[in-house]
Amino acid sequence: MKKKIFFIIPLALFFIMVGFLIVGLQLDPRKIPSPLIGKKIPKFNLAELSSDGLTITNEDLPSTPFLLNVWASWCSACLEEHELLKRISDSGSIKVIGLNYKDNHLEAARWLLKYGDPYTKKIFDPEASLGLNLGVYGVPETFLIDENGIIVYKHIGPLSFETYRNFLQQLENKKP
Amino acid sequence: MKIIKIILPMLLLVATSVSIASNKIYSFENSNQQLIFENLLEELRCLVCQNQSLADSGSGLATDLRDEVYQMVIQNNSQQAIKTFLVERYGNFVLYDPPLNPSTSILWFAPFILAALAVGLVLFFSKTPKLD
Repeated sequence: MKKKIFFIIPLALFFIMVGFLIVGLQLDPRKIPSPLIGKKIPKFNLAELSSDGLTITNEDLPSTPFLLNVWASWCSACLEEHELLKRISDSGSIKVIGLNYKDNHLEAARWLLKYGDPYTKKIFDPEASLGLNLGVYGVPETFLIDENGIIVYKHIGPLSFETYRNFLQQLENKKP
Repeated sequence: MKIIKIILPMLLLVATSVSIASNKIYSFENSNQQLIFENLLEELRCLVCQNQSLADSGSGLATDLRDEVYQMVIQNNSQQAIKTFLVERYGNFVLYDPPLNPSTSILWFAPFILAALAVGLVLFFSKTPKLD
């Protein structure tokens, strides 16, 4: 009997290790859960990218749910999601606000001219001041924000249609 | 005279408290601030290159965060206040030393559980009288 246990223990340990590895290998270490979910968007007062001299603050944000998309002209992965963003914006299902992160004004404007502009408003954040308060670390990032300005969900990396559907689902779930 | 020429610059170097991180020189009012700054950079993780601390990393984000930490140190924020500020934005992941909470409890308690298990097993098997 005891001899049996003696052989079962290493086997059991082996399977526990396999279990840990299976779970561990499927986790993406680049996806860090945001501590800001359920909190309001940090206060900001920054320049509006498309107009000279105008500023944009929290009050200028839509009073409907919207997507806050962090992007930059130097970010190649941003191009991957750009078509989808334009389609979302064209469909009118949800507004898309752009946060231009650590970019050059001229290059950002040129980029939008070349690839199209899906944003209703564009926050220009060259010093990453709002970016830091939002915990941005890997562009592109997309925040789902509800009508009260509360962050519901954060997606890191290029947006996919699946994530977009998930965004809409999250909003649906929030409704009483 | 010659000696003074050598010693004077050296003394000047010692007098100001500076810290060098990734080719950028940070200067401080006192050595306490410098100590806090250097401690923090070692304890904070760069989120882009995740196995590097802020002190080691050359990424753009690390540079921004170093500058932010520097500003907060200069304004005499405590080490704890600066950590809290970053955790509020980036989550506990930014700390190299994980705090004790439900999701990290396995990290903290697993060694004790395993040690207890090992002792238990040894006792269990050593009780058998030798059959000779």
